[in-house]
Amino acid sequence: MAKIDIGPPDYRNFLPPVIKENYGQWKYHERVKPGVIKHVSESGAELYTIRVGSPRLVSVDFIRDICDIADKYCKGYLRFTSRHNIEFLTDDASMVEPLIEACRAKGLPVGGTGRSLSNIVHTQGWIHCHTPASDASGIVKAVMDDLYEYFGRDDLPAKLRIAMACCLNMCGAVHCSDIAILGVHRTPPVINHEIIQKGTEIPSLVACCPTGAIRPDPKNKSVAVKEDKCMYCGTAILCLRECRSLMQKMMVSPYWWAARFPMLAPTPVSPG
Amino acid sequence: MPEDRKTPQLDELEKGPWPSFVTEMKRAAAKNPAANDLLGLLERSYEDKIGHWKHGGIVGVRGYGGGVIGRYTDLPEEFPHLKEFHTMRVNQPSGWFYTTDALRTICDIWEKHGSGLTNFHGSTGDIIMLGTTTDQLQPTFDEFSEAGFDLGGSGSDLRTPSCCVGPARCEYACYDTLDLCHDLTNEFQDELHRPMWPYKFKIKMSGCPNDCVAAIARADCSIIGTWRDTIIIDQEQVKAYAESGMNIQREVCDKCPTRALEFNAETKELTVIPEDCSRCMHCINMMPKAIQPGKERGATILLGGKSTIVKSAFMSWVIVPFMKMEPPYTEFKELIGRIWDWWDENAKTRERLGELIYRVGMGTFLREVGLPPVPQMVFRPRANPYVFWQEDEIKK
Repeated sequence: MAKIDIGPPDYRNFLPPVIKENYGQWKYHERVKPGVIKHVSESGAELYTIRVGSPRLVSVDFIRDICDIADKYCKGYLRFTSRHNIEFLTDDASMVEPLIEACRAKGLPVGGTGRSLSNIVHTQGWIHCHTPASDASGIVKAVMDDLYEYFGRDDLPAKLRIAMACCLNMCGAVHCSDIAILGVHRTPPVINHEIIQKGTEIPSLVACCPTGAIRPDPKNKSVAVKEDKCMYCGTAILCLRECRSLMQKMMVSPYWWAARFPMLAPTPVSPG
Repeated sequence: MPEDRKTPQLDELEKGPWPSFVTEMKRAAAKNPAANDLLGLLERSYEDKIGHWKHGGIVGVRGYGGGVIGRYTDLPEEFPHLKEFHTMRVNQPSGWFYTTDALRTICDIWEKHGSGLTNFHGSTGDIIMLGTTTDQLQPTFDEFSEAGFDLGGSGSDLRTPSCCVGPARCEYACYDTLDLCHDLTNEFQDELHRPMWPYKFKIKMSGCPNDCVAAIARADCSIIGTWRDTIIIDQEQVKAYAESGMNIQREVCDKCPTRALEFNAETKELTVIPEDCSRCMHCINMMPKAIQPGKERGATILLGGKSTIVKSAFMSWVIVPFMKMEPPYTEFKELIGRIWDWWDENAKTRERLGELIYRVGMGTFLREVGLPPVPQMVFRPRANPYVFWQEDEIKK
């Protein structure tokens, strides 16, 4: 029986020796060239970071490919960044150029450091999302193809961050990027009374609307949308689905009840 | 991939220099029927210009209320392998550091039980295992757990915390972001795995005001490293930058938001007016060899960041200007516990912490959570005298 609540693996087990030995002792860094940063510690140790772009949606074979590169050139140590880039980590200056060559040979762009355009933060779009106004990955691919040269440069006036969200939920919080591409719905939601009647929490659905465009419709035991008040934020779609799930959650999830009524707490599952 | 799967629009997205996610989908599709169906579904979406996914019933693994997101296509007859195509979120190691052994283990487990498609990583920070069936969820989780990995958060719970690279590599780190992230994630496993709250709650931590994980925009509770004393300037290095051709007056002093820096062009000395420094990191970023953050380091705690729905996108605002962040981080944990209790008690369903504070006011929040109002919380002084007085302050 699998253990639960073990938490994530300890990052300390994944740090390369040069980081372990110089943890918290870094003195300064230099931008060697686009995609390559050098950090120097108080003791004079050097750490080279080679940053490489990725499509974010990758197959396990892609991960194995970059593992092969990491194994060959930097002893198997690497990390990812908060903008979906890959970073190879090495203390051996002689490995930097061969590593860059190996990445280029695999079609992987080296860059995204300093005053460049980094990777475009995005999420699922039509690949998996249930509320998308647009696709995400396709637009990101097209835009990065067009702006490709800026990933590998370090001479823009300042760093440039572009982000893409496929609806107003803005998964990835695009409101803090220099340029945000945001999918928006442009028509009010279409109500299917049958589905609503089957188990929607109508008060929650009415409350979730930021402009008060959704009203109860007692005649149909459902809701109605005042179309000129709707600004197409897409919350209703989410809320409707969440409400149905919420109903199910209240029925099947013991934890929600247990938090409020401790005497109903489920018998703990043995972590075995 | 079977010969009869035609995807002319997606094929276009294999052209061009940027690495193509379509190529990745085809690699997975060659080995896995669900990935193959996904190609077809995405091409359909490109034709119809609409998504074909439904949020479904709650699915999960034993003992957890979150970590798995149920997804079902609304075209199951055409794409039978996508009838159930759920996502599992795997909690990443702090700072997204990996060895190739760890990554290969993840790949092997996932290839066995799921579509073979992943996101490294999702926006919150988890590794996304994209697409498996309901009956594979428990076996997949069991194998991940055996290998030392756990699920991340989803639903109305504490979402997986994430952090910047911190002292592992960065000389600017004002506290150990990696240790804090690991510590909090382990401390709050219950809150993370068992959704019990009005809505989601996100914590993100950055080691300095550069805020490389954009905690201020993306987290209900943002922990941003800072220092209490003054920046430290190495005049020898300043001279070196000046001699290398940097126009320090224009690029550094003139860009200081509070005009706290003075550069003497003759002696090539840079001085700071300490009480005017707003710790924005610009001068440090420009001259990393010459200027460092101060020695008395800790973090600023901010609350309220969130995305658009419902009351619009917020950036977090300061509630504790300076807190020492040293293990076991008791002061922070006590504060966040009081904040959670108050939010859980007072928020409506799907009301984020920031929205609750907007609704009831900062005064109520500070009094009920037990935080002192401090000048650093004030964005600008009032322009009107409309003040609410507390009952107990007035003699009637």
